[in-house]
Amino acid sequence: MEIRFVLNGKETQVSTAPDRRVVDLLREDLGLTGTKEGCGSGECGACAVLVNGESRLSCLMLAAQLDGKALTTIEGAPEDGRLQALQEAFVRCGAVQCGFCSPGMIIAAADLLGARPDTGREAIREGLSGNLCRCTGYAKIVDAVQAAFEKLQGGPTP
Amino acid sequence: MREVFSPESLEALWPLLEAPSWALLAGGTDLLVKMRAGRSDPAAFICLERIAELRGVREGETDLWIGACTSHAELICHPLVERHLPVLHQALRTLGSPLIRRMGTLGGNICTASPAGDTLPPLYVLDAVLELRSQSGMRRVPIGEFITGPGRTGLEQGEILAGVRVEKPGGRQVHHFEKVGQRKAMAIGVASMAALLRLSVDGEIFSARFAWGSVGPTVMTCAPAEALLAGKRPSRGVFEQAAAVAMAAVAPIDDVRASAEYRRRVSGNLLLRLFPEGSTLT
Repeated sequence: MEIRFVLNGKETQVSTAPDRRVVDLLREDLGLTGTKEGCGSGECGACAVLVNGESRLSCLMLAAQLDGKALTTIEGAPEDGRLQALQEAFVRCGAVQCGFCSPGMIIAAADLLGARPDTGREAIREGLSGNLCRCTGYAKIVDAVQAAFEKLQGGPTP
Repeated sequence: MREVFSPESLEALWPLLEAPSWALLAGGTDLLVKMRAGRSDPAAFICLERIAELRGVREGETDLWIGACTSHAELICHPLVERHLPVLHQALRTLGSPLIRRMGTLGGNICTASPAGDTLPPLYVLDAVLELRSQSGMRRVPIGEFITGPGRTGLEQGEILAGVRVEKPGGRQVHHFEKVGQRKAMAIGVASMAALLRLSVDGEIFSARFAWGSVGPTVMTCAPAEALLAGKRPSRGVFEQAAAVAMAAVAPIDDVRASAEYRRRVSGNLLLRLFPEGSTLT
């Protein structure tokens, strides 16, 4: 099946099996290994991507579903101000440990920041509740999302 | 390789439903997990997400219609749901995680027919009526008749769940949903309860509706407990009586998440949360 979609801001056409999982299409066919696969069943959030600006689990999404949509992965940061601000904040706040969960965390946070302009610490914790980190680094991750939020709002930066 | 069909209208959908081994995909958060675990092996997928007629919330004079393919996240943000159906709104906020709520749909949660489906107890107490459509027309079925067992529904070949119709509750009411699980996000409920109390102007309980999740093969209701509260003034005593009746009525099992005995006690205790802690009553 020919699938046309916008991948990180670029018109893209790929030929693939319609039932291929989006996570496999990204990692194996397109070489975009920033998106991780953890549990493969929607419970860990490592595979999160943005579809039309909203978060989706790429392990539970079929390639055919992408047709006509706009997909943003962690590699799409230069095109997306939210992702850029979050990545910088993750580095600055020491929110990256082994790094495996970071792309999914940042995508989930980007969705939260897009949807909830009033984001406070509790809302950030809830917004990231579908993302697991086995390094148990949640406190710094929440710090980073809060810092990115303040920067995007034009507030104080650490 | 499986074919994936993404019809953009009901007209385009009907011919596809003639193949019985093709699976309807309405969000995929259950179906694709089941497939990965080897518990489902459809020959092809029919994705419902592009059919605009199956999405959104519409307000009628006395009721609300919710399209089956509306995502949980869309429903949480919808002002009509928050205003008229707080018990459903509360349950949606405990369902899965924000990522799951972006993908999963109300119709998918109903048709999965899990005893632990988080939107089901609220839909039972709201007396939700399901609109099942096929090429030849539409039939309406109350949710309690549609779900017949774990994973089993009355959906017939060639039929889809198109939407859910719920009366807008009027007058003084108490809506309440609570789920007990091992953590807040992503946890399958050990037990959950939805309650809808209608109160008269002088504060008497006009009618009470309760529905429990995860304590039986389908969502459990308990008419004797509801009858016990009707016409009474709310007090700790009458809620304790109703809780005792409910505890005897539920039919939980022992499993990896909790014992049957624990679930039975939680079922009663969830009812007690309405009084006095659900201070909207006092």
